[in-house]
Amino acid sequence: VSTVINFLTRRRGRDRFDLTDWLTWAYLILGTLLMFGPVLWVALSSFKTDAALAEYPPTLLPLAPKTAIVAGYDKPLQLYKITGGEYKGRQLAEIRRIGLVAQMVDPTQPDKRLKVNIQDRAPERSMAFAIGNYTELFSRFNFVRYLWNSVFITVVATVITVLFNSMAAFALAKYKFRGRTTVFLLIIATLMIPPTINLVPIYLVVSKLGMVNSPWGVIWPAVATPTGVFLLRQYMLTIPDDLLDAARMDHASEWRVYWRIVMPLAAPAIAVLTIFSVMWRWNDFLWPLIVLTRSEQFTLQLALNSFQGELQTNWSHLLAMTVLTLLPITFVFAFLQKYVTTGIAQSGVK
Amino acid sequence: MAFASTVVRTIYHAAFNALERPMLIVQKLVGMHRVAWMFLLPNLLIFGTFTFLPIILNCFYATTGSDAILLSERPYVGAENFRSLLACKDYLDPNTCQQDIFWRAVHNTGEFVVLQVGLMIVFSLITALILNRDIAFRGFFRSVFFYPVLLSPVVVALIWKWVLQRYGVLNAGLEEAGISPINWLVDGNWSFFWIVFVTIWAHMGFYVLILLAGLQAIPSDVYEAAEMDGTSKWRAFYRITMPLLTPTMVVVLVLSLIRAVQAFDEIFVLTGGGPGTATTLILHYIYETGFATRPRLFGLAAAASILMAAVLMVLTLLQLAVTRDRAEG
Repeated sequence: VSTVINFLTRRRGRDRFDLTDWLTWAYLILGTLLMFGPVLWVALSSFKTDAALAEYPPTLLPLAPKTAIVAGYDKPLQLYKITGGEYKGRQLAEIRRIGLVAQMVDPTQPDKRLKVNIQDRAPERSMAFAIGNYTELFSRFNFVRYLWNSVFITVVATVITVLFNSMAAFALAKYKFRGRTTVFLLIIATLMIPPTINLVPIYLVVSKLGMVNSPWGVIWPAVATPTGVFLLRQYMLTIPDDLLDAARMDHASEWRVYWRIVMPLAAPAIAVLTIFSVMWRWNDFLWPLIVLTRSEQFTLQLALNSFQGELQTNWSHLLAMTVLTLLPITFVFAFLQKYVTTGIAQSGVK
Repeated sequence: MAFASTVVRTIYHAAFNALERPMLIVQKLVGMHRVAWMFLLPNLLIFGTFTFLPIILNCFYATTGSDAILLSERPYVGAENFRSLLACKDYLDPNTCQQDIFWRAVHNTGEFVVLQVGLMIVFSLITALILNRDIAFRGFFRSVFFYPVLLSPVVVALIWKWVLQRYGVLNAGLEEAGISPINWLVDGNWSFFWIVFVTIWAHMGFYVLILLAGLQAIPSDVYEAAEMDGTSKWRAFYRITMPLLTPTMVVVLVLSLIRAVQAFDEIFVLTGGGPGTATTLILHYIYETGFATRPRLFGLAAAASILMAAVLMVLTLLQLAVTRDRAEG
C-alpha cells in the first residue's frame, strides 16, 4: 500500500505534498472531467430512449420506466413507487390518469382499484439500453451509404496521397536536377495558401471536370498535400545514397529503387502521413459541404450536419450517429497515438 | 492483424509490380537525367490544377461580376468588388458599411482571434507545465488533453450542442445549484463565449503537445545549476523556463493565429453563425456569399478571400521567419 501511495504522490525534490501538488491534481481532475465528460455524456445519452432523452433534469444512466403485466389488463402497465398518502411505500401499477388522480392497481391484488394523488408517486425505473437508436440507423436511415462514402473517400484519398507525395518526395530528396530547389520552394509556398482561400476557383475547376456531387471532387483537390511532401522528403534525406546505388548496380530500375528500397526505409514517416491523411479526410467538412449537395453522396460528417439542421432535431438517432462517427478516430487514438503525437511534434502540423 | 498485414503487403507488391514495366518504358523514354520529373509529375499536375491555377483564377473572379460560374460569362468590373467590400463611412461601425455583414464578420473575427488565441496560449501553457511535472498517470493525462484534437469538428460541435441545449445537462446542473438556466446558444454574448470555449477545447491538445516538446528540450542541468544556487521555483520559471520556451511560444502563437483567422467548421455546426450574425466569422461570410445563398456572388467571395489571404500571408511569413530562426539558433 505504501508503494502505491508513494507512486500516487511522487514529486520532485520536496518531501511534502505541497500546495502546487494540490493545485496540479485539482487542475488535472477538473481537466479530465471537462475533456472526457462531454464525450462520455454523449455516449451514455446515445443509449437512451426518446422518452428518457426528453426527461429534465436528465438522468446519468440510460433508464427506462419499468412495466409489469397485470392479470386482467391487455397492455403492460407502468410501475410507480408510492411516496405519500394512504398507500405509502407500496409499488403500484397505473391503469389510467384522470386529472390529478391516478387509478392504480397492486400487481399482487389485480382486482382492486386504488386512487392515488399523482404527486404521491414516482416512476420506477431500471437500466435499459435503447440499442434501437443504433440498429435503426442501419434499417431506417441511409447510414450505410454515408459510411461507405466516408470510407471510400478516406481510403482512396489516403492511398493516392501516400503514393503521389512519396514519389514527389523521392524525386526531391534523391535526385539532383535543374529546378529542384524551385519545385521544392513552390510546393512549400503552397503551405501559405490554405484551400479555404481558393474555394471559388477550385469549385470552378471541379465543376469543369464534372466532379461536383462525386467523391472524386473531394478526393483530387485534397491529395497533393505540401505537408506530406515535406514530411517524407525530410525523412528520405536521411536514407544513405549508397543503398540506392548498390541496387542500381544490380540493374534495378528507378521505379524498383523507389518502391523496394526507399519506401520500406521511409515506413515510419509513411505511417505518420497515412494516419494524418486518414484523420484529415475522415474529418473534412467545408470542402465536401460545397462539392457534395445530393444527400446520397453525403459523407458521415455532412449527414450529421444535415440531421442536426432539421427543424425537429431527432436527438436519439443523431447521438448514436455521432458516437459511430467518433469511434474510428477513437481507435486511431487508442492504438496509434504515439505515431500521431511524434508526427505532430516533429512537423508542427496537424 | 497478421492476416491483414499479409493482405496489405500482397496488394502493395502486386500493384507496384504491375507498374514496374510501364515505368521502365517511361524511364527509357525520358532518359535518366529527367527521371526525377517522372516521379514529380503526378503531384505537380494536381498542385497545378487545384492550387496554382485556382490562385490565378481567384484574381479573375475578384475582378468580375454577376453570378455566373464560367469566367467567359462574367463581365469585367475592375476593383468594384473590393470597393464594395471596403465602402464604409466608419470602419468601427458595420452599420455604415455597404457590405455590413462582411464588416460584422471582420469585427467578430478580430474579437474571436484575440480572445481565442490569448486564452488558448494561457491554458495550453498551464496544461503543458502541469503535464511536464513528474506526476502519477502522466501518460494518461496527456492522452486526455490530446483526445479532442482528433475528433471531427462536426462531432465536437454536436457534443457541445447536446450539453448546451436548453434542457441539457449544463442547465440541469445549474438549476441543481440554484442558478436559473440560460438559453446558451440563443443569447449573442453567450454564443460568442461558447464558440471561443469549444474551439479552445477542441484544439488545445495540439498546442500542449508542441509546448511539451519545447519544455522537454530544455536541458535539465540548467535547473539543477539553479537549484544549487538556491534559486526559488518562481524565479527559475521566469528566468529559465520562459526565456528558453519563447521560440516555441512564438510558433504556437503564429500557428494558432493562422487557424483562428480561418475558423469555420465547429462554429458553423454549433451556432450557424447566429443568433443573427453574432458568431459569423469571415470564412462563414465567404461561404454564405459564394455558395450558400443565391444569387451566388462569386466575385465578392473571391475578393473577400483575397483580403483574408493577405492577412494569412503575413502570418505565414512570420511563421517561416520564426521557424527558420529556431532551426538556425
